Amino acid sequence: MKISLGKWLLPLYTVLALTFLMVPIVYTFVFSFNDSLKSNITWRGFTFDKWLNVCAVQNGAVCEAFANSIIIGVVATIVATALGTMIAIAIVRYRFKFRSQTSLFLFLPMATPEVVLGAGLAAQFLSIGVPKDMLTIILAHIMFCISFVVVTVKARVSSLDPALEEAGRDLYGSPTQVFMRITFPLLLPGILAAALLSFALSFDDFIITNFNSGAVTTFPKYIYVSAARGIPAEANVIASAVFIFALVIVVTTQVSQAARAKRLAKQA
Amino acid sequence: MATGAFASAGADLELVGIQKRFPGFTAIEHLDLKIPAGSFFALLGPSGCGKTTTLRLVAGLEEPTAGRILIGGTDVTHQKTFQRPVNTVFQSYALFPHMTVLENVAFGLRRRRIDDPVAKAHEALRLVELDHLASRKPQQLSGGQQQRVALARAIVNRPALLLLDEPLGALDLKLRRQMQLELKTIQEEVGLTFLHVTHDQEEAMTMADTVAVMNKGRIEQMGAPEELYELPRTAFVANFLGQSNLFTGPVVGSTSEAISVDVAGQRVVVPAARAHRHAGEVTVGVRPEKLSLHVEAPADDVNRNIVGPGRVVDVSFSGVSTQYLVEVPGLGTLVVFAQNMAFGPVAGEGDEVWMSWNIEHGFGLDDDPSDEPRFEADTSTRSIATQKRDSLLSELGGA
Repeated sequence: MKISLGKWLLPLYTVLALTFLMVPIVYTFVFSFNDSLKSNITWRGFTFDKWLNVCAVQNGAVCEAFANSIIIGVVATIVATALGTMIAIAIVRYRFKFRSQTSLFLFLPMATPEVVLGAGLAAQFLSIGVPKDMLTIILAHIMFCISFVVVTVKARVSSLDPALEEAGRDLYGSPTQVFMRITFPLLLPGILAAALLSFALSFDDFIITNFNSGAVTTFPKYIYVSAARGIPAEANVIASAVFIFALVIVVTTQVSQAARAKRLAKQA
Repeated sequence: MATGAFASAGADLELVGIQKRFPGFTAIEHLDLKIPAGSFFALLGPSGCGKTTTLRLVAGLEEPTAGRILIGGTDVTHQKTFQRPVNTVFQSYALFPHMTVLENVAFGLRRRRIDDPVAKAHEALRLVELDHLASRKPQQLSGGQQQRVALARAIVNRPALLLLDEPLGALDLKLRRQMQLELKTIQEEVGLTFLHVTHDQEEAMTMADTVAVMNKGRIEQMGAPEELYELPRTAFVANFLGQSNLFTGPVVGSTSEAISVDVAGQRVVVPAARAHRHAGEVTVGVRPEKLSLHVEAPADDVNRNIVGPGRVVDVSFSGVSTQYLVEVPGLGTLVVFAQNMAFGPVAGEGDEVWMSWNIEHGFGLDDDPSDEPRFEADTSTRSIATQKRDSLLSELGGA
């Protein structure tokens, strides 16, 4: 009997790769139901306790860190998305001095190691005497999020036919009306994608945050610090909840998009 | 443009001493143009001749370097696009992809706060026979339907002036003819002033009352289509609008009725009234369909010009007519269109032939033959490719 290498090698590789990716997620999810004491390493029995009283442990330290991360993520995302969108439109649509240099400059934060970026920023805050707190974290996050927003939105602006905006002006739309009714709705998918990316990056960031946070604790920082003496199961609860939340969003968008495509195809 | 009211009728468009320079090149040298209200005016020229720039200047999408633009006697040179009583049908249609057909058409009405925009939009869609597709999105329509939506979106506003930027360029031949007819009907129905920009000479001639032939940033000649065709003023017009056989030579005789030109030893007579220049070196010409082909030397006739003998170098049969290319020593290659009255071509490749035409059909150009090259048409694919490359290069250079 001839055994075909290609027939089983690819499925095997796929299964192994997916398992490798899924194990930590499954572990985190399962151990969020562990009836743990101080550390959450050995299985001690099933409980819903941690999900129901997620803020009870360590005087709510987990929840506080989570709340901080959300606030920082939301503020940084809003500011970075607004600024980044404006920059992207300017870079694509207008010819100005130092335009290509601006593009390059915006690319730098993505190419620079985070440690360097975080340490550099911390040094600057120190030298101008700004105390490290939520504000410095937010500023730091805005800084690196802008680059990703610009890159994402720029692609969308480039694919937008300038004739559409000209048609808007031609049809008696003032500059504000043209932006609100034509440019913005057409860029919206790109802007939303950029905002989601920013939030994910901000929520997730540890290195830059650690340099610029002072006494403030964010969720990644909390996990890092508590990893040394055992992460409480409440952290697993929050991590699982975030994961499920993201999963729900992705599935909903996919389903609604498929339904819309079907509807459009039916009409045509 | 005041909001809440329609323009009552089409308006005059007047361009006074317009000049437009872009960094690195001049798109329009010096342009004076007056388009009377209610007319269908075509601006015809090869790509890069400045016709689209002219349109964009009128729409307010570009600002002239010098000169004034007047619509219905009002100076709009410094008015913003959205303040001008002008609407454009864009080459790419530029329909808003996130809105339905109906919302697209109602867009201009809503911006100007016209009463009952939805009913008026439906009415405009009925005019282009697309009302049944009002709830569709533009990308669900065919090219021809999109074009009609773009047209409805512009005319629903009853602009004093409607600008058409090669809107038929992307359509296939049959659809094009249909749309040309439709445009003409709509223009007669609503009585707007149309300014149509195109590089398609046939389209310009069949649709417009007045055609202006533009080349290298200036107008070469302007007039009714028949006038431009029968009496071209420059070599560029003679060759861009159909084909022409042109001959250059000194004027050797001149009466009040006619001039005779010596062209490489052959005498060509042109009526004085149809010649712009009556002395010195001149260029005269005749349209290929006006030529008769003879297989033996025709007898002299005071009413006909005779040239030949020449040798047929190419015969192409196209059903209604046959096109002959005839090489005449000293004159170059002449084009002859002959109606297919007999079965098949009259002459074959390599045959010796003569050509004659009624003296009344000749014309004399206004060009000075010595600076002929200025009028060479830049319509070859190579020059278009070069222009494209140059513009890309300049854009990259600016980046």
